[in-house]
Amino acid sequence: MCVALPGKVIDVRDRKATVDFNGNRVDARTGFVDIAPGDYVLVHAGCILQKLTEQDADEMNEIFSEIGA
Amino acid sequence: MEEKIMMAHGSGGSATGELIDQIFDREFSNSTLDQMEDSAVVAGAGQIAMTTDSFVVTPAEFKGGDIGRLCVCGTVNDLLMRGAVPKYLTCGFILEEGLSIDLLKRVVHSMAETAKEAGVQIVAGDTKVVNGIGELYINTAGVGFVPDGFDIAAGNARVGDSIIVSGNVGDHHAAILSERMNIETDIESDNAPLVDIVKNLLDGGVDVHTLRDVTRGGLATVLKELSGQSKKTFVIGEDKIPVTKKVADFAGLLGLDPLYMGNEGKLVAIVPASDAQKAVDIIRHSKYGENAAMIGEVREDSDGRLIETTELGGERELDILQGEGLPRIC
Amino acid sequence: MSDCQEKTGWFINMTIEEVKDGLKNYDGPEMNIMEVCGSHTGAIAKNGIPGMLSDRIHLLSGPGCPVCVTPSSYVDKLLDLAKNPHNCIVTFGDLIRVPGSTKDNLSTARGEGARVEMVYSPMDTLDLAGKDPDATFIFAAVGFETTTPVYALLVDEIVRNNIKNIKLLTAIKTMPEVIRYLMESGAPIDGFIAPGHVSVVTGTHIYEPIARDFSIPFGVAGFKGPELLAAIYGIVREYGHGVVKNFYPSVVKEDGNPEARALIDKYFEKYDAAWRGMGQVKGSGKILREEYRYLDAGSLGLDADHKANPACCCDKVLMGKIRPYDCPLFGKVCTPMNPQGACMVSTEGSCFSYLSNHRKDK
Repeated sequence: MCVALPGKVIDVRDRKATVDFNGNRVDARTGFVDIAPGDYVLVHAGCILQKLTEQDADEMNEIFSEIGA
Repeated sequence: MEEKIMMAHGSGGSATGELIDQIFDREFSNSTLDQMEDSAVVAGAGQIAMTTDSFVVTPAEFKGGDIGRLCVCGTVNDLLMRGAVPKYLTCGFILEEGLSIDLLKRVVHSMAETAKEAGVQIVAGDTKVVNGIGELYINTAGVGFVPDGFDIAAGNARVGDSIIVSGNVGDHHAAILSERMNIETDIESDNAPLVDIVKNLLDGGVDVHTLRDVTRGGLATVLKELSGQSKKTFVIGEDKIPVTKKVADFAGLLGLDPLYMGNEGKLVAIVPASDAQKAVDIIRHSKYGENAAMIGEVREDSDGRLIETTELGGERELDILQGEGLPRIC
Repeated sequence: MSDCQEKTGWFINMTIEEVKDGLKNYDGPEMNIMEVCGSHTGAIAKNGIPGMLSDRIHLLSGPGCPVCVTPSSYVDKLLDLAKNPHNCIVTFGDLIRVPGSTKDNLSTARGEGARVEMVYSPMDTLDLAGKDPDATFIFAAVGFETTTPVYALLVDEIVRNNIKNIKLLTAIKTMPEVIRYLMESGAPIDGFIAPGHVSVVTGTHIYEPIARDFSIPFGVAGFKGPELLAAIYGIVREYGHGVVKNFYPSVVKEDGNPEARALIDKYFEKYDAAWRGMGQVKGSGKILREEYRYLDAGSLGLDADHKANPACCCDKVLMGKIRPYDCPLFGKVCTPMNPQGACMVSTEGSCFSYLSNHRKDK
């Protein structure tokens, strides 16, 4: 369920942001997190659900440490 | 006011004649078509390849192509896949009342340009007008000449052969869907005639066992079908499949798998392992083949299986496309 | 992180290869691990994960495909609404081919002249409705916690701008209640791969009471191969422990997204939603609050569920009681082109995924 993909915020306007996914752009609704251009965000069905806190590379380290945490 | 197709354009009377003169013959003109006979009489060959295909894509114009280019490429590529040199096409137009005549002109022009590029002549045609919402559909049939001694067929893959795909997959499907789904992207359709690739492979002396154009259903569907027709197990590597990041992310947004996304200018070639590198090099130096890649091998006799070794280190068995490949969100 | 999380002392900073070895060579107690989310089902097949696990680790697919758990009466209602020439049904692609109590679906309805629009975002309905003020646009709002905030945003726009020609037909479901229901009804489950994108909204803490009450581990997972392997390994390591672990920390927080939940709560309230094959599950869904019910196209009472084929085992599959290939119809009478139950319709349905990937679990 729930297809969602991380993308990069290009532009923020009134309750909307343009989010780029490797060259594909979607007008996504904002309102649930504070965002600024340059942020990486998770988009589901044209809506920004969360801001990514870590770069992917770091995340792998974090999830493997969670196994043992 | 914009000119539109009316029922009278299909009457067989003066409006039909005008349509043929002003649009079709103007673009397609050649000595055979210009005779305006009930059928075209053309020079023949020992063995001919024949095929037909219908095109109903909406929108009729999309990034990187249109239904006109598509309907020439589709039929030309089908002929090429048996090692034939494409020669003649016929086309049947079904036009819905209300179709923009400007759009029709652009489509017909695009057909003519693509036919020129592919080296084929459009030698016969037909037009009908039906009630509708202003869309158009085109059927093309084609004839190609098969040089003596060629046996390129779906069932010819042998154990140990290499599997090559002529370029990145998924672009056409993404280009079409982006128009329908409000996703802004510059992904273009790959619709292209594969004449140069096939000619260079055969002229280059590659012992081609199988060629298949990768269209609806995507790469996985085509490979699964070929594995069944040759009764072999095909093994491909997930990390070897050429997909651009842009198409991969587009697919990710809509829950689609690029392996099952349609293409209109790609082929799969199955060749002996000893010829594989040469074949890849030839395709990469041919028009529309710059991203060709060796993606797997024919492993063993079976009732036709397609296995993908995953980047993670697992194995996944693939089938033909099930259902329609609709976007999936929730 | 959470108060119920136990420190187990496994070594930190494992490599992916060590995780793979650990899963392949696991020789502890047999474990049934359920992936609740349909996208996880898809990702597990896509990555070839079943073959990478020890014989003692069994993966089960759960009730996490929204259209698979939507009762047939919901689709019937949608088809009924589609018959009105003034209505346009707006939907995700997921629902287009799902049959109601007959073989009819939105695709066949469209063939008979109904207006059906497939969109990427529910918010696209605003554009459609603005361009055609004479038609009523009904969004087929199915989904879980991930999609509910988007529906709340849509309702928010409708209310703010007093838009008259958009309504919702909802079948919105929530995960913790159905997971608890599965455990209470004796499903043989020793651990859950918790849904990654649901957890973005809900946070990880919602699983803690269930983990504690049934002494089972939860691993919140992302959708990439290594993320899933890490989660499965983490769950295996915690066999018998009521802990919740987060293997998707880049977007999943302990408290999820409170702003999103606040907007959901403004417009929606809990109700006893009906699940295909399971019946009503207490508090397992969301419906528009009474003051906004005027935007509802008739979602209440769509509980009836008609089995197109009495031998269909979708219910048992959804509850992890059998594997798709254990159903007598699987791959024979029931195929994606001729589905007998919803699990074979959606590309993320368990049966569809098992069939199209020839998936066999040990």
